[in-house]
Amino acid sequence: MSFEALLFYAFGFLALFSALAMVCFVRHVVAGAMSLVVTMVSLAGIYVLLHAELVAVVQILVYAGAIVVLFLFVIMLLDLRDGGLGAPPRGQNLVKGVGVGGTVLIGAWLVASLSGVFAVEPLSAALPDGFGGHRAMGLALYGDKVLLVELSGLVLLAAIVGAVVLAMRGSE
Amino acid sequence: MIVVAKTLFILLAVMLFFAPLLTWIERKQSAVMQDRIGANRADLFGMTFLGLLHPLADLIKLLAKENVVPAEANRFLHALAPILSAVPAVIAFAVIPYGSSYRFGDFEITLVAADIDWGVLYLLAIGSLATYGAVLAGWASRSNWSMLGAIRTTAQMISYEVTMGLSLVGVFMVFGSLRLTDIAAAQDTTFRLFGFLDLLPGLLPAGPGWLDGVRLPAWGLFLQPLAFVLFFTCILAENKRPPFDLPEADSELVAGYFTEYSGMRFGLFYMAEFVEVVVIAGVMTVLFLGGWSIPWLSQQTLIGGVGSLLGVGFATAFCMLLHVACFFAKVAFMIWLQMLIRWSFPRFRYDQLMDLCWKIILPLSLLNVFLTAGGILLAERVGGGG
Repeated sequence: MSFEALLFYAFGFLALFSALAMVCFVRHVVAGAMSLVVTMVSLAGIYVLLHAELVAVVQILVYAGAIVVLFLFVIMLLDLRDGGLGAPPRGQNLVKGVGVGGTVLIGAWLVASLSGVFAVEPLSAALPDGFGGHRAMGLALYGDKVLLVELSGLVLLAAIVGAVVLAMRGSE
Repeated sequence: MIVVAKTLFILLAVMLFFAPLLTWIERKQSAVMQDRIGANRADLFGMTFLGLLHPLADLIKLLAKENVVPAEANRFLHALAPILSAVPAVIAFAVIPYGSSYRFGDFEITLVAADIDWGVLYLLAIGSLATYGAVLAGWASRSNWSMLGAIRTTAQMISYEVTMGLSLVGVFMVFGSLRLTDIAAAQDTTFRLFGFLDLLPGLLPAGPGWLDGVRLPAWGLFLQPLAFVLFFTCILAENKRPPFDLPEADSELVAGYFTEYSGMRFGLFYMAEFVEVVVIAGVMTVLFLGGWSIPWLSQQTLIGGVGSLLGVGFATAFCMLLHVACFFAKVAFMIWLQMLIRWSFPRFRYDQLMDLCWKIILPLSLLNVFLTAGGILLAERVGGGG
């Protein structure tokens, strides 16, 4: 087994285990948020193995570094100190976790096989220079996919306006 | 082998030299600024060495102190938090170049531990992970002071991370790279201070000839002065030292998120803070003060000049030493500047902190991106210029 394969299995196992731990094993939401961070960082490791370096850095910068910190902020602001989740209903959570995860997996597999992703030949040739780097990603995002980028910006703007409206209604 | 040597060099220089020395500098500089004498008590056989033994005495004290963990605390996370706050500070040095590339015959050496393509993004990502140490420390201690400190930390760090990245965009645009070695090398040159006058042909009478001779080093500081101020403010806020010390706020929260820490675990938080001061100085030096470059004297000129007299090999080694010395001199300057700020300004009020970030720095960073893009387009249209 090559070194890359070894790293892939290590990161994959870590991602799966910490994701399971987040749903099933931990007793407190803060510990759950921390295992989510481990999942995010392991996924970033897998992205690096896939030569998607920019995605990996953004994964850490945005998901591990900002979004989960925001989760923690909300958890602390609500002051969920005393156990938070209570005694862990392990069996029940495990069933729920495996059920939801399995459904998503089957759904993703169905969509992937229907859209013909599996039929595509794996890349065997050497990757072009700078593949997955910030230059290639930037050219792709602001070149032929610029409409999608702008549209997702519009979706985020709508979400912000919605949040402001909700906040204003509470204050009146 | 060489990678190990390069990593060890930067780590030893920072951890064993700068960080302990900083505790002494901080005491002495605050003493000078407040008209006191400062640390001068720790002695060895009656000799105090200007108080330089205090870092050593501190270390012995911290190692020998009892490690107290609150009864209610989450023991695992309480132990993990100081490590999580010290590690990001230390590994940030991996991408900071402290010298250029040098060629000795067939052997080429680049003085940076890891020369990666997205070094600036790496620094930002590492900085965003540094939040966890403080947040977990505050939460795991189960103390109200710590909890308030942790909540303040999350809000402050998230807010300033956004503007920290955005204020740097202008710098990427000017240097056209995210690789820190490229950014440093691009600053090893000069530009004509009044070059922008070429953009307005015919509007002004031709100036005197010496105007063309006025050249400044092409440092980020001169090319992106607004970005320098904005980024420096943000990165100081990320370090949580005064005037941005709301998460610690001694007069309100005892010691904020690390109230319930003692012994060497407290020492790790303390050390992380000082290592971060050196990281900030290093990052500011590479991005804005030309990194290792010697102003008005490029590597090519220096090696060419000295090499013609004393041989190229000697000249390269000489140049390497000068560059490393120049880098650390600039780092020392930035550390001094940070100390000056730390002992000059009172703490912000919380609403002022948030207003500064979202209402002042964020719009100004967007303006800087806009102006830089316009400037680059204009310079390309005319050709040359600043």
